[in-house]
Amino acid sequence: MSGSDDANASDADPDHPADAPDAESARRPGEDTPNRGMAGARPEERPQPAGRRNSHGVRVDPEVEAAEAERTAAVSALVENEPGVLSRVSGLFSRRQFNIESLTVGPTTVDGHSRITLVVEETDSGIDQAKKQLKKLTPVIAVGELRDDAVRAELVLLKVRGEEPDKVHAITEMYEGQTLDAGPRTITAQITGDQGKIDDAIDAFRQFGIIEIARTGQTALERGDSPTTPGEEPGHSATGADETETETAAEKTGEYDD
Amino acid sequence: MSESTNPLADDEETDATDRGGTDARERETDATPEAGPDADDGEPERPDTWTPTTGAESVIAALEGADVTRAFGVQGGAIMPIYDALYHSSITHLTMAHEQGAAHAADAYGVVAGDPGVCLATSGPGATNLVTGIADASMDSDAMLALTGQVPSHMVGSDAFQETDTTGVTKPITKHNYFASDADTVGDTVGEAFALARTGRPGPTLVDLPKDVSLDDTDREPGPAEAPARSTPDPEADTAEVAAAARAIEAAERPLCLFGGGVIKGNATEEARAFAREHGIPVVTTMPGIGSFPEDDDLCLSWAGMHGTGYANMAITHTDCLIAVGTRFDDRLTGGVETFAPEAEVVHVDIDPAEISKNVHADYPVVGDAGTALEQVSAAMGESPDVESWRERCTGWRESFPMDYVVDPDEPVRPQFVVEAFDAATADDAVVTTGVGQHQMWAAQYWTFTQPRTFVSSHGLGTMGYGLPGAIGARVALDERDETDRPVVCFDGDGSFLMTIQELSVAVREHLDITVVVLNNEYIGMVRQWQDAFFEGRHMASEYDWMPEFDTMAEAFGARGFSIESYDEVSDVVEEALSYDGPSVVDARVDPQENVYPMVSSGGANGEFALTEDQL
Repeated sequence: MSGSDDANASDADPDHPADAPDAESARRPGEDTPNRGMAGARPEERPQPAGRRNSHGVRVDPEVEAAEAERTAAVSALVENEPGVLSRVSGLFSRRQFNIESLTVGPTTVDGHSRITLVVEETDSGIDQAKKQLKKLTPVIAVGELRDDAVRAELVLLKVRGEEPDKVHAITEMYEGQTLDAGPRTITAQITGDQGKIDDAIDAFRQFGIIEIARTGQTALERGDSPTTPGEEPGHSATGADETETETAAEKTGEYDD
Repeated sequence: MSESTNPLADDEETDATDRGGTDARERETDATPEAGPDADDGEPERPDTWTPTTGAESVIAALEGADVTRAFGVQGGAIMPIYDALYHSSITHLTMAHEQGAAHAADAYGVVAGDPGVCLATSGPGATNLVTGIADASMDSDAMLALTGQVPSHMVGSDAFQETDTTGVTKPITKHNYFASDADTVGDTVGEAFALARTGRPGPTLVDLPKDVSLDDTDREPGPAEAPARSTPDPEADTAEVAAAARAIEAAERPLCLFGGGVIKGNATEEARAFAREHGIPVVTTMPGIGSFPEDDDLCLSWAGMHGTGYANMAITHTDCLIAVGTRFDDRLTGGVETFAPEAEVVHVDIDPAEISKNVHADYPVVGDAGTALEQVSAAMGESPDVESWRERCTGWRESFPMDYVVDPDEPVRPQFVVEAFDAATADDAVVTTGVGQHQMWAAQYWTFTQPRTFVSSHGLGTMGYGLPGAIGARVALDERDETDRPVVCFDGDGSFLMTIQELSVAVREHLDITVVVLNNEYIGMVRQWQDAFFEGRHMASEYDWMPEFDTMAEAFGARGFSIESYDEVSDVVEEALSYDGPSVVDARVDPQENVYPMVSSGGANGEFALTEDQL
């Protein structure tokens, strides 16, 4: 940028690069140059384009702009089971303000690998961004978003008042649940199933007075032959012919294991 | 951190030395003053081929194996075994005055050298003092490896003396971090961390090194430094993506290249320049992209964004096809995204798929290495777009919105004049570092950059105090490459300089040839400017009229001190300061009321940049 000619004068003597202005050569580069700031057309005098983007940076017709709707998505992440991986994932979601409904984690049949299932409520671009940011975490092996027809389930434990054991039992049966603990004062039942079924069951148990509740959050797998995360190999049991492979995996992750 | 005076630490020291076994004790005996580095002039006694015997030696072996030649750091209890292993290493260690300085110096070293910088600190406060520098490197995608000491494994979690959950603290500001758990594998871990830092989109990594892991015996030599395969992206872009982008550019009427820091980090400067010139497409850069395209080229409109040139912001507002390479569309570039390049189809070339459509929707994503992908796009283009009239429009804006300022010998010296004076007196390959604030903007605006890796600044994090340690890192990188003739000029503000001024002692000790130019307006000037514009001129906590005399203070440090109070002193001081072979500080008393323009208000439209305060 050599807009100011005095300092970058083409005939500048390299030994005296910045010839000082004498009193007569007080420099006001243009007639209009203000003492503070610069000359040029004011903002309202400049041509301005008519186009607009929405808050996600997508070009839109300003007349018909509609807010992008949020949706619920289940995202599965296959991760190396090293210390801190869960906090990396949860930290990422909180830092980037992704709305997270539930997170479940558990080992797979491959030693040293775990699966994390996240249910997020976000716009399409938010879900896309969440998946890409997850994929960037070094211990994350693969990330996939579950299709609508994926197999999904969660588990809830309900502790209710024990005054009407027969009716509690009947409701538990109705939701194909199990009674895990029954005493004179409380009954604890377990229900598994998709989110809608769990929500319905909880509603049905309200009549007895719910004392405590614990839900696991959703976990899910793709149906049939489709892998749950892209490129995911069919899991190996830790016995028999696959032993060599599982040892390798354990050795690999062991490098950073505590 | 001088923690070894603490009785608790002394206990731990003894404990640790015992665990170190005979090797450690033997080395300690060797390290008598006669045999020390002063006596043998720093020549390593160790043979060229050697085998590490402890975790700490394995760490150093891994660094040497990765061709690391330089480290910046500060000693301390938990990192002592690593420093001890450096004693005979070929790696030259530069002791900094403060860990933050070590991180910034390593960062700047990496920017200038093109190889990751390495910094070291002890546990606890040493590690937390690195945090600002790590966050800075993270925001600017700078490759850097931080090694931190940690309390012995069995004490981790017990709130031991100088214990901090360093991996926890640095998780969100590192590309990845590691907690070393085993002397046998710690070398491989350090090698992986180093390689990962520079692989794909660069970034800082950290390895936390518990003292027992460093002291434990091992007979395993670390393997070559390699990043995990999953973290190593394919440099080539998808051909369908490339073809779609090529069609869009061919059809454009008002195409504009936007070159970001990724062009420089990806060593794609040549490809980027060739692309723009071959197709005659005007160029704007981001601030980290400064130097990717020569600013004295007719095609170049300099940098866009909050304090970018009026012509760059006009061009970016009116383009119909923005070819963005290696940029993450930071809010200081875009202003409000609603009005950012609102009529442009966006071609976005980036190595990191997560940057695609993060802030600004990419109509044509091209995921790949900047240089490779640009060559692919160029090869896929049948013809260049017809842009003659668009180029003329861009040139017209350059004339309509000149970067002018008033020079009046009866008024205080304008800071822009000082920047231009130093630019005129130095060659094109000079390296400029800056702190953060008004002075940084003036340096970026009024210095004409023509080469990559010559503008070293804190962009994303905006860390005041970056300039001086940055200049130290830059100087060391140049000197190592026998580029001792290239000047290093640090532009700093009075507030910014005071934040890391202790590093001047390092520049003096190492006799580093740097010139610090303090554009001293006795304000946190950018805050003062905003207070005038948005807070009715209430100068709350922004007046710094209690500043020391920087020239006098420089002399006290052992550096040369100069001052500028009027225009007629500028040229002599510039000459003397630059010709002094060692650190010099120029206290330039500049016009305290000068403001940075143009200015796009926060979240505003780039095309509505203000040229004076009343336009904000």
